[in-house]
Amino acid sequence: MNWDIILSTTLKAAIGVETVWYALAAIGINIHFGYTGLLNFGQSAFLAVAGYGLAVTVTVIGLPFWIGIGVGLVAAVLLAFLLGIPTLRLRADYLAIVTIAAAEIVRLIFRSVEFKSVFGGSDGRRGFSQGFYEINPYAEGTYGFWPLSFNEREMWVLTVGWVLIAIACLIVFLLMKSPWGRVLKAIREDEDAVRSLGKNVFSYKMQSLILGGVLGCLGGFVYGLATGSVQPDIFGTETTFFAYTIVILGGAARVFGPVVGASIFWVLLVLVNGLLSGAVQSGVITFMDITQVGPFRFLLVGLGLILLLVYRPQGIFGDKRELAINAR
Amino acid sequence: MHAETATDRKAAALAAFKDLPHEPGVAKPDPILVVDNVVRRFGGLTAVDVGHVEVQRGSITALIGPNGAGKTTFFNQLTGFDTADSGEWTFNGRKMNGVPAHKVARAGMVRTFQLTKALSRLTVLENMRLGAQGQKGENFWRALIPGSWRGQEDRITARADELLARFKLDAKREDFAGSLSGGQRKLLEMARALMVEPELVMLDEPMAGVNPALTQSLLGHVKDLREQGMSVLFVEHDMDMVRDISDWVIVMAQGAVIAEGPPDTIMSDQRVIDAYLGAHHDAPLSESELEEQLHEAEDALEAEIQEESK
Ligand SMILES: Nc1ncnc2c1ncn2[C@@H]1O[C@H](COP(=O)(O)OP(=O)(O)OP(=O)(O)O)[C@@H](O)[C@H]1O
Ligand SMILES: [Mg+2]
Repeated sequence: MNWDIILSTTLKAAIGVETVWYALAAIGINIHFGYTGLLNFGQSAFLAVAGYGLAVTVTVIGLPFWIGIGVGLVAAVLLAFLLGIPTLRLRADYLAIVTIAAAEIVRLIFRSVEFKSVFGGSDGRRGFSQGFYEINPYAEGTYGFWPLSFNEREMWVLTVGWVLIAIACLIVFLLMKSPWGRVLKAIREDEDAVRSLGKNVFSYKMQSLILGGVLGCLGGFVYGLATGSVQPDIFGTETTFFAYTIVILGGAARVFGPVVGASIFWVLLVLVNGLLSGAVQSGVITFMDITQVGPFRFLLVGLGLILLLVYRPQGIFGDKRELAINAR
Repeated sequence: MHAETATDRKAAALAAFKDLPHEPGVAKPDPILVVDNVVRRFGGLTAVDVGHVEVQRGSITALIGPNGAGKTTFFNQLTGFDTADSGEWTFNGRKMNGVPAHKVARAGMVRTFQLTKALSRLTVLENMRLGAQGQKGENFWRALIPGSWRGQEDRITARADELLARFKLDAKREDFAGSLSGGQRKLLEMARALMVEPELVMLDEPMAGVNPALTQSLLGHVKDLREQGMSVLFVEHDMDMVRDISDWVIVMAQGAVIAEGPPDTIMSDQRVIDAYLGAHHDAPLSESELEEQLHEAEDALEAEIQEESK
């Protein structure tokens, strides 16, 4: 087994680009689910419309990078309205059903043959990130020290990504300490009680859906810029479910829960992958071959999630006291 | 001084009702709430069909009726939590039918729920603060600038603490509302409703499931509301309480208002007896039959006592 590589990839995963864009997606889910109690199972669609908004604006229409970012953000806001207006007046489970369906519709439109000239079908779009790397302040070279070293492109993406995470966390922190956040948390507990106290519940749910969608969609930009491409299948439902796993792992309704959750999630995933691959290659494990390692680790994710919900349902930062109340 | 104004308020409320006929839908001298032809059907069942009813300003009005009479459903229509099939009603002369629940509350008509709705994973204090109206910090952009709402929040907190002290919940201030007992939740819900600074408080069975000692203090609080110039409409099953605190009683049965009157005589109204016992209950017992039944009961009781003392 190559311990150097396993150690290095695992450490990199803790702050790597996967962690960054999943953390952003999970911060959005935390606002929806953790604070407001909205079951949005279509988070991947917010990332998709942002990523594609940027990609199509730059590559197909030929407009500058920053306009692409603007288009992506507007697309995320529009998606929130589209999902929210028909469903937010209904019972919570309707939102879950509609969002999961909408996310699949969005993905299928992006990968459809019909719109291949715009969205590029299942290959997606590439070649829209020059504008981003042109303003890269890092000179060419390798940064950091072993086992944590990155090239200048990775450094730039990670810097921007972690700044975005910091800003998103600051926004969540400020909001959730404020009376605005109090209304959200109250809606999570009992909508009717909030109505009886003169608050427009629909409006607050909408604001929550938009905020979580916009913060989450930043993850779509980060993915697109880091890989220089967007493909429809990256934004499938499993992206949403990973984000939920991350929120539960970190502890719902905690400011840093999604960030720590994302970090741990990817560290574990990469570590297990490294160990299993190593074990298979060196013949320690014989009951599977190297191609089965990928799927197998997701099986472990599922198992981990079950164990987590049984033994530590409040997550890492969660408050056991709150949970006990919930069960009453 | 306080006692004096208290008796004044009560006297004023009672005086308003003094010469009113004991008829359903009777006009009140100064109604805060006027309801006309409110109908709510669930499939074939007509849960509410109220022709006309008025609630007097500055009084405590009880709404009573057998289980399933439609009291809660009626509350739901009036407060915008459910849409009436037809009918209209005015609050302070303002049309309120079709107005969504949160706007009803903002207009000054605040209700509590039969099944208490404490916001479990918010602290008692946060529950209270939520009730305050016109909060700057409830606007998204202002929320991001703590300085813009801190001052108001402090004033709200001071008011919340005052109410919590009055409702003997100050010791629970920092606890999660979900950790309160059933009776304490009732108290919290009432105190929270008062944070809205309503003109009309609508309480759906505020005493249900509350122990007798706490009931006394709750009754005191309800009377207090009238002293502070609020009007109260409350649903209650316990007639002793109704007699104790209400100035006027409205009786509902099978969705309709069937009788109105002062609390001390309402239960002897034939229509009310019919509603509670069924129109075809046995004719009134004769004197001798009554005595016989009384003896039987006494004998049974004595036998029981002897049994126990053995
Ligand atoms: N959502 C609903 N769907 C169908 N029927 C309903 C609904 N809500 C109430 N009802 C019916 O309407 C009638 C009136 O119910 P309501 O809850 O208003 O009675 P209530 O007077 O408050 O009774 P209680 O004193 O037991 O609380 C009942 O027969 C009930 O079954
Ligand atoms: Mg009821």
